Amino acid sequence: MSASSPALRAGQIVFGAAVVFFLVAPIIAILPLAFNSSVFLNYPMESVSSRWFVELQTSDTWRRAILNSLIIGCGATALSTVIGTLAALGLRHARLPFANLLRVMFLLPMVVPAVVLGVGMQILYTRLGLASTYLGVIVAHAVLCVPFVIVSVSASLGGIDGSIERAASSLGANPATVFRRITLPLALPGVVSGAVFAFATSLDEVVITLFVAGPNQRTLARQMFASIRENVSPTIAAAAFLLIIGTLCLAGLAGLLRWRQSRLAKAVADGA
Amino acid sequence: MSGSSTRGRLSALLLVAPLFLFLAAFFVWPLVMMISVSVTDGTVRQVMPATAEVIGDWDGTGLPPPEVQQALIADLRAPSEQMAFGDAVRRLNSEVSGFRTLLSRTASAVRDAPAGQPVDLAAVDPRWGEGRYWQALQRAMPNYTDRNLLAAVDLKRDTEGSITADASANRVIMLRTFTIAALVTVLCALIGLPYAMIAAAATGWVRNVMLLAVLLPLWTSLLVRTASWVILLQNEGLINKALIAIGIVDQPLQLIFNRTGVVIAMTHVLLPFMVLPIYSVLLGIPRNLMPAASSLGANRLRAFWHVLLPMALPGVASGALLVFMVALGYYITPALVGGAEDQMISSVIAFFATGTANWGMAGALGLILLVTTTALYLVYGRLSRSPNMVGA
Repeated sequence: MSASSPALRAGQIVFGAAVVFFLVAPIIAILPLAFNSSVFLNYPMESVSSRWFVELQTSDTWRRAILNSLIIGCGATALSTVIGTLAALGLRHARLPFANLLRVMFLLPMVVPAVVLGVGMQILYTRLGLASTYLGVIVAHAVLCVPFVIVSVSASLGGIDGSIERAASSLGANPATVFRRITLPLALPGVVSGAVFAFATSLDEVVITLFVAGPNQRTLARQMFASIRENVSPTIAAAAFLLIIGTLCLAGLAGLLRWRQSRLAKAVADGA
Repeated sequence: MSGSSTRGRLSALLLVAPLFLFLAAFFVWPLVMMISVSVTDGTVRQVMPATAEVIGDWDGTGLPPPEVQQALIADLRAPSEQMAFGDAVRRLNSEVSGFRTLLSRTASAVRDAPAGQPVDLAAVDPRWGEGRYWQALQRAMPNYTDRNLLAAVDLKRDTEGSITADASANRVIMLRTFTIAALVTVLCALIGLPYAMIAAAATGWVRNVMLLAVLLPLWTSLLVRTASWVILLQNEGLINKALIAIGIVDQPLQLIFNRTGVVIAMTHVLLPFMVLPIYSVLLGIPRNLMPAASSLGANRLRAFWHVLLPMALPGVASGALLVFMVALGYYITPALVGGAEDQMISSVIAFFATGTANWGMAGALGLILLVTTTALYLVYGRLSRSPNMVGA
């Protein structure tokens, strides 16, 4: 037993390191290629160059795709955050009938396979005349973003100590004031991190976009999908670089908010 | 007090209403529409409304009564949209081949005949004297049909209406989808369980690094991860270069556009979904359990087999269900990393919907995927009992 222990320990270290490498290395491997001057999306790198970022900016298709991603991402984020936050506030109410059933329904878009929803939306949009419109794509993305907003806002609402709100009303604040001065500020980090999740989801969405968007609504993710499939150009690496940096910034923002919220909740609890 | 609670309930309902209506319109309705498209069949009915009305009363033996024949003549005389008529002809031709020539000949004969005079169909084409063409017409008329659903599992109805085998590849693709998803699930479990155990036993920065390594891929765009695998797995990619440099192989292995590539990339993408549930279950296990087992005389293997593994199993089960469920519906990774022989059910659905505009078939296959996924999700909800995921 004492002889096997160091061997086991070494085995654990090797295995753990190997899996960490397997998980992280592929993501890091694509980053340097964004600065490769070669026309092939492969190692070894010839020399450092920013030509693919220039290509990303000057090429009409890519520039348009980035712009579309921002328009659709902002639209879907705004729509899903507003109605998702309202619904999370409603779900918090103890006397809401069918609260559990509603919660399951609100989270289902996360579960249903994207292709299935895509087929249904394509059929519906053709009848409604929403196919190949910005509004249609924004609405479709918002459906997928809603669960993330619900989860995030519900979590931050669950962290609010109800006695603070009751204290405010007992001190004479009307419900609107309690909401504006107490509930909303405490829930705000959850709302913002829900919005961040929503934006990241819309940014990365390909499948539904494939079904409901026309050539004019081609998003960055959709353009990347097409260009990996058709002509593997290093522009993909430059786009991937932007996406990774973008999502890391968003993840950092969400983490910062969660940290601030836990500090805020602690300060409130300590003060109370 | 009761007045304020009623008002509270009302305001809660008002808060939930916008999202409820939004999802009812743009989530539930599309799914209902997809299902209804897969079981309705209005193509023939639409261009032959008069025939549809009377042919239902015919008992199907011999030849239909004269009013059915007159209704068909009236329908063919009425101007119909070229495309809708073409769809109907194609639909009928798939029931009995030869319908295409029969209908085009009959239609032109009927249109040439002077209006108001009866036309003898059997004289225009002797095939109208056979019962089977009329029976096919009758079979194609109902609004609801199971032909798409049957075709989705490689079945069809023969002329007598009983179910027989049909030659198509859908069963093969479903089997392939299940095989790939199961293989990925097993690989994820084999890697994820020991990894989660090591992470749960570790402390300090080691644990943080191990967790960050799981969360980082989760945060990275799926497209970026798939693009990375395309670069790494290609014939001149880093993996093949490394293998050749070490001297394991002489020439590049084919790692991309085949099953190997799909399984590697999907395992990478789905591994976090396995690690996280197991890890959270392991955290709940008291730390002194393993020392207790060994103090009672169990060696490491026995303690692992009889103590730790049974307690970790719920985590493995919910992780496995989650991975399997997500893997079943995968589209992007097989589309980019796989070859023609590795396309899963999602690709076939996408092909029917966007490639051939055969929404009936796309809907029927989509219904199968939807039902399977929902069933797995319900089991998962029972298993994990996490309030966030199931709301129970």
